[in-house]
Amino acid sequence: MAFYIARRLFWTAIVVAAVIAITFVVFYLLPAGDPALRFAGKNPNAQQLDLIRHRLGLDQPWYIQFFKFIKNFFTGDQYGWPGLGYTFAGQSSVLHLILDRAPRTLLLIAGAAVIWLFSGVTIGIISAVRRRTIIDRAAMGFALFGISAPVFWLGLMGLYIFWRQLGWSSGTGYVSPADSITGFIGHMWLPWVVLAMLYAAFYARMTRNNLLETLGEDYIRTARAKGLTERQVIFKHGLRASLTPIVTMFGLDIALLVGGAVITESVFNLQGLGYLAINGATTQDLPTVLGVVLLAALAVALMNLVVDILYAFIDPRVRYA
Amino acid sequence: MTSSSGERMLDVRGLTVRFPTSDGIVQAVSDVSFALSRGETLGIVGESGSGKSVSNLAIMGLLNRARTVISGEVEFKGRDLLTLPPDELRKVRGKEIAMVFQDPFACLHPMYRVGAQIAEAFTAHSDAGKHAAWSRAVELLDHVGIPNAKSRARDYPHQFSGGMRQRAMIAMALVHNPDILICDEPTTALDVTVQAQILELIEDVKREFDIGVILVTHDLGVVAETANSVMVMYAGRVMEYGPAAEIFRHPQHPYAWGLLDSMPTIERRLDALVPIEGSPPSLLAPPSGCPFHPRCPYRFEPCATKLPPLKVPADGAHLDACHLPYDKKVELGAQRAKKVAA
Amino acid sequence: MSANGSTETLVELEHLTKHFDVKQGVFARGTAKVHAVEDVTLQVRRGETLGIVGESGCGKSTTARVMLRLLDVTSGTVRFDGRDITHLSQRALRPLRREMQMVFQDPYASLNPRKSVGQIVGTPFAIHGVKNARSRVQELLERVGLSPEHYNRYPHEFSGGQRQRIGVARALALSPKLIVCDEPVSALDVSIQAQVLNLLRNLQSDFNLTYVFITHDLSVLRQIADRIAVMYLGRVVEIGDSEQIYDAPKHPYTAALLSAVPRTGTDPRQRIVLSGDVPSPIDPPQACVFHPRCPRFHRGHCDVEEPELRDLAPHHAAACHYPLERWPITDEELRQAEGAVREDRPHLEGAAHD
Repeated sequence: MAFYIARRLFWTAIVVAAVIAITFVVFYLLPAGDPALRFAGKNPNAQQLDLIRHRLGLDQPWYIQFFKFIKNFFTGDQYGWPGLGYTFAGQSSVLHLILDRAPRTLLLIAGAAVIWLFSGVTIGIISAVRRRTIIDRAAMGFALFGISAPVFWLGLMGLYIFWRQLGWSSGTGYVSPADSITGFIGHMWLPWVVLAMLYAAFYARMTRNNLLETLGEDYIRTARAKGLTERQVIFKHGLRASLTPIVTMFGLDIALLVGGAVITESVFNLQGLGYLAINGATTQDLPTVLGVVLLAALAVALMNLVVDILYAFIDPRVRYA
Repeated sequence: MTSSSGERMLDVRGLTVRFPTSDGIVQAVSDVSFALSRGETLGIVGESGSGKSVSNLAIMGLLNRARTVISGEVEFKGRDLLTLPPDELRKVRGKEIAMVFQDPFACLHPMYRVGAQIAEAFTAHSDAGKHAAWSRAVELLDHVGIPNAKSRARDYPHQFSGGMRQRAMIAMALVHNPDILICDEPTTALDVTVQAQILELIEDVKREFDIGVILVTHDLGVVAETANSVMVMYAGRVMEYGPAAEIFRHPQHPYAWGLLDSMPTIERRLDALVPIEGSPPSLLAPPSGCPFHPRCPYRFEPCATKLPPLKVPADGAHLDACHLPYDKKVELGAQRAKKVAA
Repeated sequence: MSANGSTETLVELEHLTKHFDVKQGVFARGTAKVHAVEDVTLQVRRGETLGIVGESGCGKSTTARVMLRLLDVTSGTVRFDGRDITHLSQRALRPLRREMQMVFQDPYASLNPRKSVGQIVGTPFAIHGVKNARSRVQELLERVGLSPEHYNRYPHEFSGGQRQRIGVARALALSPKLIVCDEPVSALDVSIQAQVLNLLRNLQSDFNLTYVFITHDLSVLRQIADRIAVMYLGRVVEIGDSEQIYDAPKHPYTAALLSAVPRTGTDPRQRIVLSGDVPSPIDPPQACVFHPRCPRFHRGHCDVEEPELRDLAPHHAAACHYPLERWPITDEELRQAEGAVREDRPHLEGAAHD
């Protein structure tokens, strides 16, 4: 297993490096203007521009910059390890910037994930067990709503109702749990629910379909023939098999959100990693973009590995084929 | 064991199963009656759609109640299983009546250890602790001929071969020393050399545990070699029912003749096989009268309109459901025997 | 017609071997080899039915697929109609494809449910650019016992037996020289099996077809095969004329297979019940692959030296050091091979009675 993990980690590194390289290429192939111009003040002369380009390292070809980035990453820089360089704008450490913003995104994802996992799976089970009843129809109606409603619309509607009208939410913005736990929850519960909505809907549908499929399997008939109660049949035999694919999906969904909760972040003005990425991209701040891309790519690649290992532990057939 | 062999345990009377669907009502089983005694192996033969499996699932209460209409009586130890509340019937399942299914690859849960699945069958009807249940599982695995049962109990189903899985299924069925073992096509998915092992095991188990066995199969050879009595089903109905030796020596129903004659034999190469023409009827709209009449070469005037009752046509004969006069059946049967011998 | 059209042999396999690589669990390093087909040499003669019989995992289906070059060869030679096709590219094989067809086991899975019968049977005509396909398809449908009016119907409207007829019609479309039937009647009810077997037999004499008939069912095989190859763990352990195999089997495995078939006849017979299961083809036993289950196993011989397939009678060969002297044979005679000195009884606990 150590060998397996080592091999997978090696490929993870290759993939992440490739993503970084592609980011560099895209940055240079699709120039939205010379970044040096932004920092050179009004009417700069050529000399000043060259100086700035030199200071930002932009006078070198992209692959040299790429290798410098990789080298700095491993050896660290003046801001510590891993070395992510400094932003073009403000000349501050990308590492510190990310460390500052990451908790917002991660806490948003964590809260939402708990909500969507529990509600999605629960709704899925109820609706599978009560198949073709009014409960099932209502649950699947909710699922359809959750899947089709755009996140920004849900977010804005939520804010209007629960913040402006009812006052149950503390509105937009972010309060660190270290400062005030009630403030944190007051600000976060609505974004949690809004972000969880889409996923809960998906998970409910998936749980329902998987469980219904599993309940049609021959080994479920065996379980009933043994004289197990219906509860044992469903929860022990049915769920075990139908939740395994959900584990895989859960891990990847969480990882994808590290760089992908942008809309929720902006609707609720949480200024997390997504905000950082968008800001970096619109201001051609390559180091910021690279930092977020690197983190997001790492999250997806590592979560993939975790999920695969977890899957092998859940399903003995994968462990020893 | 205090019970005596030959004691009648199961009495099925007029069992009828209907599945209402959007296309109409599937008449899966119609008016099926049979009995099973301790120490007896009853072979139920028929082709796909004959209702042979559905009858047994109905007896076990394994059909979805919400989408099935069942009528008739299944008397077991003085109770009617069909009117038992679901939880009472559950207490019978796996304890007094156990079942082994066709495909041992699909019938064990792929994510639980084989031993655990057998132990679970034990704890389902007893207060025994985990440890006791596990030893019971190991003991039974050993009993059904799994080598190194102690360590193999910790294996997952996919680490077992097909034959071993079926042995494990049988072990699971035996945990509570049931009265009746229902085997639904237990060897159909297995190789022929393994099939022989499993059939022998079922026979041994029947003797040792002194139980009654219902063996459902499409394979006449399997029935001929293992059953004491045979019931031939077609389109959800009983066509012929009697002692195995009589059914194979003097079959009375044209459908049984057809089945026996169309069976490829290993004994010799035939010039031409004698198939039954046509194909089995749809159970949504079974033929009027005798369900076999459209394919029957001997059909005559009443067959298309009148349902032949299941009855003993003459002294010394066994039950069949056919309008042909008994002496005509004897005559045709003799002709047939001559042809087979030639 | 090829230049070799007159020779007696249509297909020739020489030392054919096929291995598959498999992974054993996600954490396992490297891969294991499945010895699916191991050193198989056999010929299929023109106009005959060669039956290949064996239990699951014996390599019978793989042999057929390699024969048709649906799978690549690991080593050995495949000759079709006098031509070495072992290493032909799929492109170069295409003209040969119309000469070799296949009928599959599952009549439900092997027909595209979205295509009409006419399209299914007519596909080969379309691919190979044949004219007036419609009337040819209707002729074929009639020939296999369906009605020409079935042209526009879809597979789901047919019963299992009828679907298998459609499969046969599709295989027949381009007048192939060879039809490989892979368990063609296994999924069918007994009363329907006989219909399809009769059809296959009639078509063979009418169209002078050559069949390779793969099955696990020895009763079915007896009704159709002229010659039979018995396979076990990727090897041919016995091959010969059908009557020889059934009436005078030489290999203990063949004997066990024959004796294990349940019969409706009332005559008592000797049953040879083999112990255990077929070993894994990933790690097949040394020397004779059958030795761990063999009632005639001789320590120091069968587990050391691999038996060659050798002629024991005209048109009858088996790969066994201690072939059967007679048939039927009693259990005692089976266990004690004539002329063999053995100090130990076979260690087959529970072989005869479990």
